[in-house]
Amino acid sequence: MTNLAIAANALRKSYGDKTVLDDIDLAVPEGTVFALLGPNGAGKTTAVKILSTLISPDPASGEIRVGGHDLATKAQAVRAAIGVTGQFSAVDGLITGEENMLLMADLHHLPKSEGRRVTAELLERFDLTDAAKKPASTYSGGMKRRLDIAMTLVGNPRIIFLDEPTTGLDPRARHNMWGIIRELVSDGVTVFLTTQYLDEADELADRIAVLNDGKIAAEGSAEELKRLIPGGHIRLRFTDPDAYQNAALSLHEAHRDDEALALQIPSDGSQRELRTILDRLDTAGIDADELTVHTPDLDDVFFALTTTNVPAQPNQPKETVR
Amino acid sequence: MSSLTLAVRDSSTMLRRNLLHARRYPSLTLNLLLTPIMLLLLFVYIFGDVMSAGIGGGGADRSVYIAYIVPGLLLMTIGSTTIGTAVSVSNDMTEGIIARFRTMAIHRGSVLIGHVIGSVLQCIASVILVGAVAVAIGFRSTNATALEWIAAFGLLVLFAMALTWIAVGMGLISPNAEAASNNAMPLILLPLLSSAFIPTNTMPGWFQPIAQYQPFTPAIETLRGLLLGSEIGNNGWLTIAWSLGLTVLGYYWSKAKFNDDPK
Repeated sequence: MTNLAIAANALRKSYGDKTVLDDIDLAVPEGTVFALLGPNGAGKTTAVKILSTLISPDPASGEIRVGGHDLATKAQAVRAAIGVTGQFSAVDGLITGEENMLLMADLHHLPKSEGRRVTAELLERFDLTDAAKKPASTYSGGMKRRLDIAMTLVGNPRIIFLDEPTTGLDPRARHNMWGIIRELVSDGVTVFLTTQYLDEADELADRIAVLNDGKIAAEGSAEELKRLIPGGHIRLRFTDPDAYQNAALSLHEAHRDDEALALQIPSDGSQRELRTILDRLDTAGIDADELTVHTPDLDDVFFALTTTNVPAQPNQPKETVR
Repeated sequence: MSSLTLAVRDSSTMLRRNLLHARRYPSLTLNLLLTPIMLLLLFVYIFGDVMSAGIGGGGADRSVYIAYIVPGLLLMTIGSTTIGTAVSVSNDMTEGIIARFRTMAIHRGSVLIGHVIGSVLQCIASVILVGAVAVAIGFRSTNATALEWIAAFGLLVLFAMALTWIAVGMGLISPNAEAASNNAMPLILLPLLSSAFIPTNTMPGWFQPIAQYQPFTPAIETLRGLLLGSEIGNNGWLTIAWSLGLTVLGYYWSKAKFNDDPK
């Protein structure tokens, strides 16, 4: 059995009477990539902040160990084992990229020559050598994010937290970031990342936990999660409120969006199922103004996991999920 | 590495970072220096005749009044410089880099210690600059001994340390730079209500105790005594008490605020 890089039991955090994290259990084996997937406000950043010692969990939480050290009693040892790249860039904008890197080297107590060597190496690796002498505040979003990760790597951390590493990046920068993360993993580093994008988690993670409203709604590999939402949905949009109401009554299994006058019917997107649905619409005399077929995305995961009485286990039969 | 070497090493790294900021962006510090210099020139060249007559020095020459206000303005320079400290601490706290520092295995207090030492060094540089302007327009000390000069320097450093810790606390409780600048305003307003410009015994009776016992007046009177040979009395002890008191207060306040969970 492999050792766990991160092991959290009954992690809780609340601000006043607002519960942000409600009894979260996490287990991340060493050398793997774990993605915490969830919408804004689900508690992802709070979880990262707690696991990286930035804020403390509620006292009612169970034992939390990061890098084998108890978070509550050995925070400094945890800090020595981890590297953190937060959601908002943690670079010093007033000084140059190179000075930022040397600052990290000094704080990791590397000898001067070693610090300069690591700095040059990482700036090169992250394609920042040309911009090294410019103030970090002049960098583009993608460059700042790369500098941020380069700074995180200075101390050679064995566990890296990446809080929404690609939010706000353009598609090219996003793919570059994925490449960087894959490279880290090939070095045997454990990566804990948060994201709002299913494809990102799919692309990178060995295991994914879906966080919704402070609770883990589902956990498993990308494949297991995809089985929860076999084929996305068919969306019917109406312009006439009466037609919408009639359709909603006859298609009782559909998810209603009263604002948009739209109905969503779970579907695997196959030709056969599409025909069945069309036949039913004809029989019921429903005439939608627009019909679109959606492939599964994060919305569907949440749709599937948070509406109806869905068991939060990926190995349940499909039918219960729909 | 022992915790003391760790503290010294990380604090000096942070100090270098702050000095780098000050060197790259000197405009903040220099702008803050304008206030004491403008006041010096205003009071000497515009109000000088009346003020000289008012403090009983008389004479056509303004030298008596120059001598009177320079000690106060030197201490005001410290107050003014530490406003910059409050602003830069507050700026720092809104940046992600502080969150990074908090998740690193470094000496926790080093961030603040770096700010404090950097600020004290900047105060000394500022005092020297304003002092040079004062000398240029005719300020001379009257027979101060080497020991008195050293004591005067020590007083300035001690006072700078005290105001800096308070300014750091003010920076920590301020959500942004504007708020920090407003919250730290008393550091430059207090000298106006002290014996910097006029003797406290010429102020309204009800106000005299306030002016006399606020931290600036004893420090100004002590500096005056050291540089110009006037009576120091118990002002020396009052200055030391105020400085140490404010340092301890500011230190614990700042430490508590810094250790609070960030939002």
